[in-house]
Amino acid sequence: MIDVEEITKRYAETVAVDRLSFQVEKGEILGLLGPNGAGKTTTMRILTGYLAADSGKVTVAGLDLRDHSLEIRRLIGYLPENNPLYPDMGVMEYLLFIAAMRGLPKTGRRNRIDRVIELTGLEKMAHKNIGELSKGYCQRVGLAQAIVHDPEILILDEPTVGLDPNQIVEIRSLIQRFGADKTIILSSHILPEVAATCSRVIILNSGKLAGSGTPEEMSVRARGGNAVTFVLKGPVDAITEKLKSRGDIKKIEIKGDEGSGKTRFRVITDGSVDIRDAVFMMAVENQWVLSELYRESLSLEEIFQHLTIEEAVV
Amino acid sequence: MKGALALCRREFNAYFDSPVAYVFTVAFLSVTFWFFFRGFFVGNQIQMREYFFFLPWVFLIFIPAVTMRLWAEEKKMGTVEVLLTLPVKEYELVLGKFLAGFLFVFVSVFFSFSLPLTLSFLGKLDWGPVIGGYLGTCLLGAAYLSIGLFLSNFTKNQIVAFILTILLSFALFILGEDVILVNLPDFWVPFFSFLGLGKHFVSIQRGIIDSRDIVYYLSVTGFFLFLNVLFVTKRR
Repeated sequence: MIDVEEITKRYAETVAVDRLSFQVEKGEILGLLGPNGAGKTTTMRILTGYLAADSGKVTVAGLDLRDHSLEIRRLIGYLPENNPLYPDMGVMEYLLFIAAMRGLPKTGRRNRIDRVIELTGLEKMAHKNIGELSKGYCQRVGLAQAIVHDPEILILDEPTVGLDPNQIVEIRSLIQRFGADKTIILSSHILPEVAATCSRVIILNSGKLAGSGTPEEMSVRARGGNAVTFVLKGPVDAITEKLKSRGDIKKIEIKGDEGSGKTRFRVITDGSVDIRDAVFMMAVENQWVLSELYRESLSLEEIFQHLTIEEAVV
Repeated sequence: MKGALALCRREFNAYFDSPVAYVFTVAFLSVTFWFFFRGFFVGNQIQMREYFFFLPWVFLIFIPAVTMRLWAEEKKMGTVEVLLTLPVKEYELVLGKFLAGFLFVFVSVFFSFSLPLTLSFLGKLDWGPVIGGYLGTCLLGAAYLSIGLFLSNFTKNQIVAFILTILLSFALFILGEDVILVNLPDFWVPFFSFLGLGKHFVSIQRGIIDSRDIVYYLSVTGFFLFLNVLFVTKRR
């Protein structure tokens, strides 16, 4: 549906997007992840035709963005960063304006807007001024504006930023409800956000692709091994010695003394080796009391840091 | 053209959504009426020369106040991003905004039509110069509006847009004045005298409707609207 090839965008001094390429399939929900200033907003602005890339090619639904900007803009619904709205306008008035600008036929316009208002749960606010609405409702208006024309593609720049947890859940379910058969790109720097909504994630850092895959794939890739944490009561040296003798252990971290002879260990092993059974057996054999044993899966936060920090060092 | 009309309607309503429209109309009428009545009872004549003499100077302050928000406000609020990603051509956006400003000024000018109506009851009014004056007003207004709309592109700050518009409009207005012309090499005199916004207004308000003057004002308006479209297209 969307094909981005080697796009680059420079601002006066900095390179905001640096030879970035990625594809989005029809029906996919793609998450653009990255720290602030990674180039998420610039990428979205290029896709929506607000900015032109300095070089590279963007194809949307088989059309080249350079030659068919207008047709592509028709296919896209866009919620820009910070959700800009006219505070002096009424909600209904604003949606009617957007519908008219998008050239929706006059006869069906009102019905469609009633439908969108229902979908976004704005019934009670329809005749209020946008300036009087809470942030959560403003976000719904922004979303309603983006879906007025029932677009094929929805591009949302940080749709949940600045909302409270309840509102985030509401907006998230709204996106999923609407996006059942749509192609969606959404950006965020909040990781669980992306993991909850997206089928695929792209991580951007300093305008470059730092990683991509499903949220699960990403965690396997970045882990590069398993981490097992346990607390044992016994001599630290002997335990370390025993662990080292296994030969498949990458790293042993002693996380601290837990008191009354107990020590917390964190052991990272190669690939898919799971040493939980071995730790248990070792504890039984040596009469060391085991009081905690679990395997961690690295969170998206860790993957994210891992990928972006590594990139920054290179 | 649907996009231009939809935008025009929004922009026009936007003036009335805030107190801007009411403050503007009242202030505009107060100032112009004051200039008119100042000389009216002294001169004891049924004519509006004074009125149309001062009008370009009043416009110099009032029109920039109308145009300053048109792009600058959108840039400040970020709504320009919504506007420019809608499937509407750039020229339609520019035209829509221009028409909204023009209609708004037209409404204020329309209210001042009570003056010639009153005069025609008091005595025999020569309608020629009055019609010419109003036509000139609309044309000059359109030229100022296109300048203001264009300059409103360059800043997020409405005050900056306001001042820039006053400066450029003023410069163009006095270009054809004698004070400027005498200091120029002979070769440039006809050129500058033709370019001045003010010179053309003088002949129209005498009631002489010369096609050259009309073409001149329309060209200036068209030129700045064209620059504006170019600017909006280029900034992507």
